[in-house]
Amino acid sequence: MVHSININGTTHRVDVDDDTPLLWVLRDNIGLTGTKFGCGVAQCGACTVYMDGQPLRSCSMPVSAIGEAKITTIEALAGKEAQAVQAAWVKHDVPQCGYCQSGQVMSAIALLTEIRKPTDRDIDLAMNGNLCRCATYVRIRAAIHDAARTLEG
Amino acid sequence: MTAHDISLSRRNLLKGTGALVIGLSLPQSGRAQSGAAQAFRPGGAATFAPNAFVRIAADDTVTVLVKHIEFGQGPFTGLATLVAEELDADWGQMRAEHAPADVKLYANLAFGVQGTGGSTAIANSFEQMRKAGATARAMLVQAAAEAWKVPAGEITVEKGVLKHASGKQGRFGEFAEAASKLQAPAEVKLKDPAQFKLIGKEGAVNRLDSPGKSTGKTQFTIDIRTPEMLTVVVARPPRFGGKVASFDATEAKKIKGVVDVQQIGSGVAVYGTGMWPALKGREALKVTWDESGAEKRGSRELIAEYRALARTPGTVAGKHGDAEAVLGKADKVIEAEYVFPYLAHAPMEPLDGYLEWNAQGALARFGSQFQTTEHQTIATILELPPEKVQLETMLAGGSFGRRAQVSQHLAAELAMVGKAIGPNRPVKLVWTREDDLAGGYYRPLFVHRMRGAVKDGKITAWTNSIVGQSFFLGTPFEAMTVKNGIDATMVEGANELPYEVADFRCEVHATKVGVPTLWWRSVGHTHTGYAVECFIDQLLQEAGQDPVAGRLALMGKHPRLVGVLKAVADMAKWNGPGPVDGRARGVAVVESFNSYVAQIAEVSLGAGGEPKVHKVWCAVDCGIAVNPDIIRAQMEGGIGFGLGHILYGELTLDQGRPVQANFDSYRSLRIHEMPEVEVRILPSTEKPSGVGEPGVPPIGPAVANALARLGRGRPLSLPMVGGTV
Ligand code: FES
Ligand code: FES
Repeated sequence: MVHSININGTTHRVDVDDDTPLLWVLRDNIGLTGTKFGCGVAQCGACTVYMDGQPLRSCSMPVSAIGEAKITTIEALAGKEAQAVQAAWVKHDVPQCGYCQSGQVMSAIALLTEIRKPTDRDIDLAMNGNLCRCATYVRIRAAIHDAARTLEG
Repeated sequence: MTAHDISLSRRNLLKGTGALVIGLSLPQSGRAQSGAAQAFRPGGAATFAPNAFVRIAADDTVTVLVKHIEFGQGPFTGLATLVAEELDADWGQMRAEHAPADVKLYANLAFGVQGTGGSTAIANSFEQMRKAGATARAMLVQAAAEAWKVPAGEITVEKGVLKHASGKQGRFGEFAEAASKLQAPAEVKLKDPAQFKLIGKEGAVNRLDSPGKSTGKTQFTIDIRTPEMLTVVVARPPRFGGKVASFDATEAKKIKGVVDVQQIGSGVAVYGTGMWPALKGREALKVTWDESGAEKRGSRELIAEYRALARTPGTVAGKHGDAEAVLGKADKVIEAEYVFPYLAHAPMEPLDGYLEWNAQGALARFGSQFQTTEHQTIATILELPPEKVQLETMLAGGSFGRRAQVSQHLAAELAMVGKAIGPNRPVKLVWTREDDLAGGYYRPLFVHRMRGAVKDGKITAWTNSIVGQSFFLGTPFEAMTVKNGIDATMVEGANELPYEVADFRCEVHATKVGVPTLWWRSVGHTHTGYAVECFIDQLLQEAGQDPVAGRLALMGKHPRLVGVLKAVADMAKWNGPGPVDGRARGVAVVESFNSYVAQIAEVSLGAGGEPKVHKVWCAVDCGIAVNPDIIRAQMEGGIGFGLGHILYGELTLDQGRPVQANFDSYRSLRIHEMPEVEVRILPSTEKPSGVGEPGVPPIGPAVANALARLGRGRPLSLPMVGGTV
């Protein structure tokens, strides 16, 4: 059936089965491919988007359950937290293969939006749903601390 | 064979592969591939193409065509650094993209065919890419000299600017057109390393691929979308060696968005308008499998068989003296038997590929790691002449060995999927994580049975019986890769020790199992490094020696190993293994792919008795360090990748069926399990050697050797947390 969903501030009408995960609607129907597929079962975090500002594993959210919620993907990131995180990611050369990094960046921005100066434990808790098979974790941690310093001004 | 030969083994194997492929494919196809390259227009709108690798455009950008696939290990940045150094370019003007498939222009000089592996990207490109940069520089200088009417020798180049003492100056883009009309010089002089401004300089370059990968803009194969494209998933047999007996697609075809269902060589392909319809269609498909020829043994049965085999005489892979005689007379024989499970590579982007074709030609786009053979495979299956098939290498979300396939199975499946639905219907083949983990091509299961003796504080004898599968035996490459019945990748690192032991013997048994296996980041060293470095530590402990001093005393003939071991001891302020305050330290040192890596791990027992690794010190000698920060990243990543697998990684077979389906059961290292890592790169004037793999082997034994000092013993079977055995 046809579903009306708000993605990055625009209402999209998509004609897909009710059980279609948001991830595939974004990637296949709307063409927003910055959000990645890594597992499909909410284990890796590659598909992280925001639903009303909160991180969400889009692979495990059926399109029919979104309702009026506002979805934000990596393509529409804006604001100082996003800038600080992405600049720190580049400065520290965090990515290796890069495939997990959309999800990492989304989770990191959500963390810094909520906790201005995260401790290592805060980072562990906020980021441990995001797998990186290249194990770029040392740099992810360093970049988050660095972005926090930037935001402090 | 010398230790040096062994460390080159993977490269030699691949070289063999190349020679065979070229032999089979006739020279004609080499020419044919050049045709594909011409159609491809690499480098976009560049006006100056001094050679196959460098493109300079009027807008001043310098694009390096990189013959190696970038999947995180850094060749885009590394090869661009080599060009930029000799070109005296500004780093800000450098770009990189994949070179097309063309064996004549872009062969890996270590293999003879175009391909990436064995941590060879920098090593085989070091001179080639510098020459490419120096040639371009000479031609730009010549063009400027003619325009300014001054001798070329009076022109200097710095950060992308050509200058003359008269005050004249200009950028590369201004001379690109004129330079393109000049003859390339036959000889160019390369810089003396003392003049390097980028190579080996901390902070001189940033990764070229970081911005795209930090903003979600980077395009991977899975992101390809073209009009009319179908997404394809394949139902494959649940056991290795199974075949389709029959299938019923009635229900599958009722799913909205399912366009077609076709049987192909590897299973049954479901074509959908998107991933979800394809997946639902596959779910609704009814397939009856013929498992008469399938492998039905499970991991437990295989381990029991391997253990029994390890007690029988094998093929001798290395020996000196008479170790059995010494062990026979010893007061005490020290034994250890290590079991290594099957492991999946599980690159973050699962296997995938895109193909469009018709009678006029084909375009395949995917993370091709062996371009030459994959190009040929696709052309053969589509029954098209190779010059009509283009292969575009895409950035790939990791590999760890998985995309380098001896069998070419992914390229073949992609071509079959495209062929089955017919021409003019673009397809994107996608494997799910479940497909990936159940899909085979694992690091083989291995058993090492070690026996040794110690007398008067000295190690007097060492034997090692190795049992496992070879991924070369039984393939068309067997004759070229297996010498005297021994597949070198099974024994590398174990059939010659860096330690002086008077009486030594290493034997190997290659088993026949119907499970497809493959190299996995650092190949044989994934298990030999663990077996050798745990056992030496155990024998030294028995002999009452310090793990560092004891090793140093025995490795006099290996100065570069000595160098990294001394360096890592210095970094960690080594003062014995401990434990101190519940934390113990373990050390390991392994040479692989001509690079030398020593690591010390500081470990405690955490919640539930699980090992908790707090910190790892790592010293690496990889010859001239081209990009120090990428080397550091590869050590960090190699440590994390290795650690995740020795702690948690296991692909178990139950009656031939893979048990772990997704990341919920194939446990992977997470951020809170990652130790702090400190890396020191040893200064060197030796040729650059690999860094993608050598960071992996030492971490497992370093952790095990620390656990031995925490009263846990060195784990005899991996993974350390919750394994089958
Ligand atoms: S793809 Fe959604 S968590 Fe892995
Ligand atoms: S950068 Fe490769 S998986 Fe994270």
